Amino acid sequence: MLDTQDDGYMTADGRKIGGVAMEMKNITLRFGGVVAIKDISFDIRWGEIRAIIGPNGAGKSSMLNVISGFYHPQEGDVFYKGFKRPRMRPYQVAQQGIARTFQNIALFEGMSVLDNIMTGRLNHMNAGFLKQALWWGPAAREEEENRAKVEKVIDFLEIQHIRKTPVARLPYGLKKRVELARALAAEPEILLLDEPMAGMNVEEKEDMCRFVLDVNDEFGTTIVLIEHDMGVVMDLSDRVVVMDYGKKIGDGTPDEVRNNQEVINAYLGVAHD
Amino acid sequence: MLYREAGDFKTTYASDNQTFPIRFDRYGYYLVLAVAFLVVPMFINDYWANSIVVPFLIYAIAALGLNILIGYCGQLSLGTGAFMAVGAYACYKLMVGMPGLNIVFVILLAGLVTAAVGVLFGLPSLRIKGFYLAVATLAAQFFLIWLFTRTPWFFNYSPTGMISAPTRSIFGYPVTGPSASSVTVYLVCLTFVVALAWLARNLTRGTLGRRWMAIRDMDIAAEIIGVNPLMAKLSAFAVSSFLVGVSGALFFSVYLGAAEAGEAFGIDKSFLVLFMVIIGGLGSILGSFLGAAFLVVGPVLLKLLLVNQFGWSTDLAAHLEIMIVGALILVFLILEPHGLAALWRTIKDKLRLWPFPH
Repeated sequence: MLDTQDDGYMTADGRKIGGVAMEMKNITLRFGGVVAIKDISFDIRWGEIRAIIGPNGAGKSSMLNVISGFYHPQEGDVFYKGFKRPRMRPYQVAQQGIARTFQNIALFEGMSVLDNIMTGRLNHMNAGFLKQALWWGPAAREEEENRAKVEKVIDFLEIQHIRKTPVARLPYGLKKRVELARALAAEPEILLLDEPMAGMNVEEKEDMCRFVLDVNDEFGTTIVLIEHDMGVVMDLSDRVVVMDYGKKIGDGTPDEVRNNQEVINAYLGVAHD
Repeated sequence: MLYREAGDFKTTYASDNQTFPIRFDRYGYYLVLAVAFLVVPMFINDYWANSIVVPFLIYAIAALGLNILIGYCGQLSLGTGAFMAVGAYACYKLMVGMPGLNIVFVILLAGLVTAAVGVLFGLPSLRIKGFYLAVATLAAQFFLIWLFTRTPWFFNYSPTGMISAPTRSIFGYPVTGPSASSVTVYLVCLTFVVALAWLARNLTRGTLGRRWMAIRDMDIAAEIIGVNPLMAKLSAFAVSSFLVGVSGALFFSVYLGAAEAGEAFGIDKSFLVLFMVIIGGLGSILGSFLGAAFLVVGPVLLKLLLVNQFGWSTDLAAHLEIMIVGALILVFLILEPHGLAALWRTIKDKLRLWPFPH
């Protein structure tokens, strides 16, 4: 059913998944002689939670970097909203409504939590230079409107108490949450999460899962997720891409992937005789 | 107890976002402004104006400019002296070329010229960062000074190679030239400082400031969340050079009166302003003022103390002064690496609970 060119499908829990939002076609990415991604194709549909899993070094983060325009694949194309995406700088990709978080937290350490999340709204703020310099009319109004939106995200992620704390002082789990807040503040259409639960304890993981599901549910945001915790991946995601050594070895619902012999081999190893 | 924020509730985002959210701070700021504009002009004399207050105000603008570049946008620059020279020479050429133009516009235009030159020399920042960028701006320092001393057009073929400011007035009061009184000079500089500090504060607390800080803290992440690094870096160079250019124009026209590029705007100026920014506090408007005050007022106070109080000879005092200021810089940097502004923040935090810290 997944391979037909229809306009989406219904999930078991009754969510409607839309048509294809983004499609990777035969992506190959090389760094000199190292082939990080080998001829991979898959699609991402509107409204779904799409996981990318695989052992370390499989090329998952490289794939995310291709989507966010940080790496440019040597072969293959990215189709977004039905059109082939030209070669773009990462900030142009961000302006198209794709936000992301990073595997190693990439917050702006010198700024407060509030300012960090406000940077997520950059693409929605366009008061001119002089108006900003004079803090005049439109600039001040824009600042307040966007502050109100940011406060909604802060409420949503339950980080009101650290609003004005410098990010450098926060513990790891909260930093991850602030990073998610910054990505959410951009009101993205597609949200890329690179190991959002890495290094967290069970409680923090549960919180984060709840936030991911809520984001998807309340805002209808399409989510692409890289995660190593198999329990989390199998519970959260609608469809899973499995990568190993830069190749795609599986693609489908969590159940299909779980029973795929190649995936089992990649994760558990194969006996060589 | 003196200084508290309890009970000072904010009901709008605008009031929460203001520059001085604590009432005590706000009234303190108004008080300082009132004293500076109303009380100081009544008492100021030539000595205080020329040796302390006016250089402090002018260096404060330069430090503010450099702080935007280094402290907010993270782009290291050693070309401050040269950019001040661009402001000074642009000011001179405009004063001579357009005698009818008001001196205020001349100084602002000189700032704009410097902004353009700053953007030009900021272009390497798109490719290189850190110490390597500092070396690239060092090239600007040497090239521009060489240009100004070797090209007679810049100093209108004067035989001495100096540029000197003709008399210009605002509302009939001479501001530049030998007949300018210290009160007018002081008020003009103060007005520039207050206006430019306000502009700088607005820019750094808004979207542009957040773009700069994002580039400073992590440029790759900044680009991925949507900051155009080209625009962010070049706008920081433009704003920074504008401020530095205005300060150079003021330094030449209202303070020195006559200047020669190599002497007045050499590499030592670049380092002096850099030290002000580092000692005052990177990424802080207040820090720029504190740093400028420390390095301008400090030596003068020391000299007063050593020569007038202890009766030591002037040359001995001059040497000791350099050593003591150097030692103080070291002590401050060890005790508080984030500068005087961070020290001030700590004092405020302590004051909030004083006298009952537990």
